[in-house]
Amino acid sequence: MKKLLLATAATALAAGVTSAEEIKLGTSLGFTGPLESMAPAMQAGAELAVKEVSDSGLLLDGSTVTLVQGDSTCADAAAATATVERLITAEKVKGIVGGMCSGEAIASLENVAVPNGIVMVSPSATSPALSTIEDNGLFFRTSPSDARQGEVMADIIMDKGIQNVAVTYTNNDYGKGLAESFQAAFEEKGGTVTVNSAHEDGKADYSAEVAALAAAGGDALVVAGYVDQGGSGVVRAALDTGAFDTFVFPDGMVGQALVDNFGAEIDGSFGQNPAAEGEGRDTYVAMAEEVGFDGTGAFSAESYDAAALMLLAMAAAGSSDPGTYKDKIMDIANEPGEKILPGELAKGLEIINGGGDIDYVGATSVELVGAGESAGVYREVAFNDGTMEVIGYR
Amino acid sequence: MDILNAAVAILNFVVIPAAAYGAQLALGALGVTLIYGILRFSNFAHGDTMAFGTAVTILATWGLQALGITLGPLPTALLALPVGIAATAAMVLATDRTVYRFYRAQKAKPIILVMASVGVMFLMNGFTRLLIGVDEQRFADGERFIINVRDFREMTGLQEGLALKTTQGLTIVIAVIVVWALFWFLNRTKSGKAMRAYSDNEDLALLSGIDPEKVVRMTWIIAAALATIAGTLYGLDKAFKPFNYFQILLPIFAAAIVGGLGNPVGAIAGGFLVAFSEVAITYPWLKIAGYLFPDWQPGGLLQLLGTEYKFAVSFVILIVVLLFRPTGLFRGKSV
Repeated sequence: MKKLLLATAATALAAGVTSAEEIKLGTSLGFTGPLESMAPAMQAGAELAVKEVSDSGLLLDGSTVTLVQGDSTCADAAAATATVERLITAEKVKGIVGGMCSGEAIASLENVAVPNGIVMVSPSATSPALSTIEDNGLFFRTSPSDARQGEVMADIIMDKGIQNVAVTYTNNDYGKGLAESFQAAFEEKGGTVTVNSAHEDGKADYSAEVAALAAAGGDALVVAGYVDQGGSGVVRAALDTGAFDTFVFPDGMVGQALVDNFGAEIDGSFGQNPAAEGEGRDTYVAMAEEVGFDGTGAFSAESYDAAALMLLAMAAAGSSDPGTYKDKIMDIANEPGEKILPGELAKGLEIINGGGDIDYVGATSVELVGAGESAGVYREVAFNDGTMEVIGYR
Repeated sequence: MDILNAAVAILNFVVIPAAAYGAQLALGALGVTLIYGILRFSNFAHGDTMAFGTAVTILATWGLQALGITLGPLPTALLALPVGIAATAAMVLATDRTVYRFYRAQKAKPIILVMASVGVMFLMNGFTRLLIGVDEQRFADGERFIINVRDFREMTGLQEGLALKTTQGLTIVIAVIVVWALFWFLNRTKSGKAMRAYSDNEDLALLSGIDPEKVVRMTWIIAAALATIAGTLYGLDKAFKPFNYFQILLPIFAAAIVGGLGNPVGAIAGGFLVAFSEVAITYPWLKIAGYLFPDWQPGGLLQLLGTEYKFAVSFVILIVVLLFRPTGLFRGKSV
């Protein structure tokens, strides 16, 4: 009884003052599962944005924002769906940062978020399938589609004068989607893909797979896999048997681990990964360092931007209702307007409250195109003398 | 020239990898077949015994490396092998004492022992993971290649390269030595003869005063040594990951059964047969055909089976042999 009274009093009080509310956002990230090492830095990124907005007191007449954590597991679509269901029905979140992996994101979006009319902004689901999904304008992503990466990779390879490549991909939604979009783009530009075959992660030995790739031939081998998994195994077997000596590495492979594993053996190889350059990223990394996590972690900056976009759109729409603010996300993210970097969310809110326009740049140079996905800036890297160097952005 | 190129390509992509893999399987299958011949049950824990032995060997290798002891061009793990073998022998003797001896005393049916070995397999599985973790470990050091591709191309001027890794060469050399030592032991020494006698006819062996517990102990120690050597060679050549040693159990059993369970010669032949079939059936012959018949332009890769189906090959061989020659190619005991 006492509790009920208290609650009634609190509601009366809240209703009595302005329209300030307690807004909840949810995260649906793979805290357990194959990408569990990435999830904490992503959660921290989203928390950073939420705290910044909440502390400013400028969102919707001083509303506060809290973040509710959910585990999407990355691999198990049913578990992710249940998590998102809980976030929406029990926690009453107004938007979700997630899902993390493409398959699970598609399942939870179609089964829960769309029927309930909740906005989902994924920082890391890159499957091309998400570009054309029926989402009622509720789904956005701050990472580019792999269809885009396929094109960028095809361009880079063409620019090097290589016309024939063999492709091997890790056998999942990510690998298959990327390999297919690359093959389409490369063949359209007049190149030839001699073979496009899958490899399974976690095997001891990839010499059979490499033998098949070598038989098909090609001037370079595109390895659309994971550096901690089969991707490195394939490269090792290809080097040992002399099947290939030039490799092309997409985002799952580009990392320090690659240099540590192979050093000068992969000289002359090249690759690309989504990574924005510039002030926004540097600021974000510094901010992350201050609160004690690694802002350079994969998709951490994208998570910050995902949360920030939703909150800024709420301010612009003057409402935390997902059905209303979903239409503002594209406006906030793109020109015209004052450019907003990480750490300047309060400034952005001020401008919006004053009736001005903003162009949210954020930590990853956000520019949303098409059905609400990042246009995607890719970093082109080359391997020379046993080191990885950045040679440009496209 | 083209024929030479074709020959080098076959050597590089089929013969060398299959020979090394075959030697590893043969050593594993020898252990399985020995246990089957003498203790009369299929030991499903053999794969995980290999994993345990390799894990201890790796830990000892790290210890040696930390002390600054290496073997120069050879992998340090060879020096650590005795430690691994000793630990594994102690481990399997302990399991025999606590598990199998009980059932032996009861004269339990072989199937009960097989099921007990499945239990032991799961326990060892977990124990290995506790010891070294689930991650992949690479512990090969020293010189990587005996012949490397670039040098070979420069030396011969051929288009195709040939690589022979130190670990592949070592695997074959060590397998030959171990097999020779094992056969010498079984055929020439008193203990070996006692083991064979026990295997052929248990009652007769007991009547002639052979101590059965001693034979059992010898068998376990030899099986542990074979498992550790096979596991370490496999780990050196590929990479160590506990799960892979669980998977390799299937080709090992296929090899042992194909050759004839209980027959050591059969285990070796079976190991190579399974390895060569796996590699040759999943190898695309397009390039070789290109060298040999330059005018022929086939559409596909000339690959009988995709590499994903590699393990299926062992299954098929297993089924065919069990259907048509249940005792195996070399007349082992029937399953």
